[in-house]
Amino acid sequence: MAHELTWQIVRVLLYVVGLIAFAAFNAAYLSLLERKIPAWFQLRYGPKEVGPWGLLQPVADGVKLLTKQLLVQAESDVLLFKLAPVMVVVPAIMCLALIPFSEVLWARNINVGLLALFSFSAIHVLGTMLGGWSSYNKYASIAAARVVAQNIAYEIPLLLVMVTFVMVTHSMNLFDIVQQQAGGFWHWYLLRVQASPLMPVAFVIFFICMLAEANRAPFDMFEAESELVAGAFTEYSGMGFGLFFIAEYANVLVSCSLATVLFLGGWQCPFGLLPGLHWFLIKMYALCFVVIWVRWSFPRTQFYGLLNLSWKFLIPVAFLHLVLTAVMLKLF
Amino acid sequence: MSTTAQSLHEEMFVLNLGPQHPATHGVLRIKLMMDGEYIADAESVIGYGHRMQEKMGENRTYAKFLPNTGRMDYVAAMFNTHGYVCAVEKLAGLRVPERAEYIRVITAELNRVASHLLWLGAFLIDLGGFTPLLYTFDDREQILDLLEGLTGTRLTYCYYRFGGVCNDVDDAFLAGSRQFVARMRARMPMYHALITKNIIFRKRCEEIGPITAEQCRKYGATGPVIRGSGVAYDVRKAEPYGAYPQLDFNVPVYPQGDCLARYMVRLDEIVESLRLVEQALDRLPGGPVMAEKVPRLLKPPKGDCYFNVESARGSFGVRLFSDGTDKAYRLKLRSPCFSNLSLFRECSRGMLLADALALLGSLDLIIPDIDR
Repeated sequence: MAHELTWQIVRVLLYVVGLIAFAAFNAAYLSLLERKIPAWFQLRYGPKEVGPWGLLQPVADGVKLLTKQLLVQAESDVLLFKLAPVMVVVPAIMCLALIPFSEVLWARNINVGLLALFSFSAIHVLGTMLGGWSSYNKYASIAAARVVAQNIAYEIPLLLVMVTFVMVTHSMNLFDIVQQQAGGFWHWYLLRVQASPLMPVAFVIFFICMLAEANRAPFDMFEAESELVAGAFTEYSGMGFGLFFIAEYANVLVSCSLATVLFLGGWQCPFGLLPGLHWFLIKMYALCFVVIWVRWSFPRTQFYGLLNLSWKFLIPVAFLHLVLTAVMLKLF
Repeated sequence: MSTTAQSLHEEMFVLNLGPQHPATHGVLRIKLMMDGEYIADAESVIGYGHRMQEKMGENRTYAKFLPNTGRMDYVAAMFNTHGYVCAVEKLAGLRVPERAEYIRVITAELNRVASHLLWLGAFLIDLGGFTPLLYTFDDREQILDLLEGLTGTRLTYCYYRFGGVCNDVDDAFLAGSRQFVARMRARMPMYHALITKNIIFRKRCEEIGPITAEQCRKYGATGPVIRGSGVAYDVRKAEPYGAYPQLDFNVPVYPQGDCLARYMVRLDEIVESLRLVEQALDRLPGGPVMAEKVPRLLKPPKGDCYFNVESARGSFGVRLFSDGTDKAYRLKLRSPCFSNLSLFRECSRGMLLADALALLGSLDLIIPDIDR
């Protein structure tokens, strides 16, 4: 028994180390893709000097960030200021620990996985808000106020969609949810219109909310560089900024992984053949590509436009979806 | 703290937008009195790029000041040179050959297209969309290459001379201009699909930053700003100069007065400028490009004159007083950006910060042109 427990602890620790490495690696190389992919859109090359095809550019950036001085303003709240980047990056990695990557590759499989995941992901909002607020900078304070309003607005439709989703799946266990989608792409929750005819709409709402939660363009309200300089990160330098940067990509990763697990069948193959990690990664990176694509195609929304979208459109639709699904479940 | 600040609500705070802020496109500082995210008052603090251009015009000869004109509105340098050259010609009574007038139209209109393209990219950056900038710069690059071949400079042209232009156009330039007109026409639907039809762009521009024709008149705003407010004022039509009276072109006017109207005016102006370039290329007469017998050291007779040209940003005016010597007694430059910026205080009141930046972007300000 004791042996079993030790093994469990060692296993989780190994996974946590692996996930931190995974998150950091992805943050580095998604940032490279974030420059390379728009470079293709924009008739230019992107980074190409450091290493072949610019592959060592993220390393150079990391070294640069590590060697920079961590400036802390005299007036800022030093403890919160230094704690905030950690509060942003740790929950993102905790979320990754709950994601089942394949049938055999998962850190923790808990029955309330979905709930735990949303609980963790709510913390990074607090971190960003504290970071902005403790900076003692007006742009950062405006950004901190925006973060709170934006995240309250987007948690509601997101959670409404999730409530509906759990009504359909009867489970909050992410592992089970993937297993329910085995077979082929018509078994994916994205296309399970017999459970609720609005399932594709639910996916779109989910994806929009996840973009807003991860603070990605066109909803990057608190980083709006043409309005707020660098928003909540204005006063951060060196690795303080670097951690926010890693957290942003880790959040993108979490969002795309969760979308894959919930709606796109996780590691299941679209044709029922050879399920495995590769399918998970293909789906996840395809979604990451969409996230980058959206960022470089659209201008930023207005702040109130963003709130209007949530309160006047997404929440009513999410409610409709909830009611419709409840009726469908009762009838059939 | 000043008394005005004390009398305001205590929760208001001052936000310094600039002098180094991504949205001001240069060293413009706007002191914003903010009520949350709403702007209560916006005071523009200008002069960071002040180079005493007017004084410089008074203590050196006319020809020596000429290159300076390209350094004021460096995005649309042709127009500043055009205004100054025309004012001196009017004062000295020089007659410009027909061919030179047509070449001036071609180069000036190409410069207008380049300037509007740069604005388009920068405006979209203000709104948070990065990609259009790269497309507009690709097109703008073609114009810069053409003008570089002709004038030797890519940005701060000093191509016009008192009495004409400094060298004749070659076949490469003429063929290149025709090619560019065709290329740019083909690109316009792409811009409309990428930007004009984008829902987020429309939401950020429609009914945002309304400016009435009355306000434009009050502050002397000209160019696309006043044409976006429903007034068909264009110096090329109102006080025709050069070869413009012989050419056929429309003045795009939109009555809404919002950011979208100003955007549409500029996009339509690109099309009109292309028409002008094409017509001028078709009708380009032969003959010399310089007036005969222009003295090397110009000494215009005593008198004063005012000359207005339609720059890419509005009416650019030059007032020159000559006392009969080789230097101007007084030079006054009317910058369109200065008048357009002065609108901002009144129009931004009560706006959200993000919308006010859309308004600021839609005014198309070149800061060194404000400061001179």
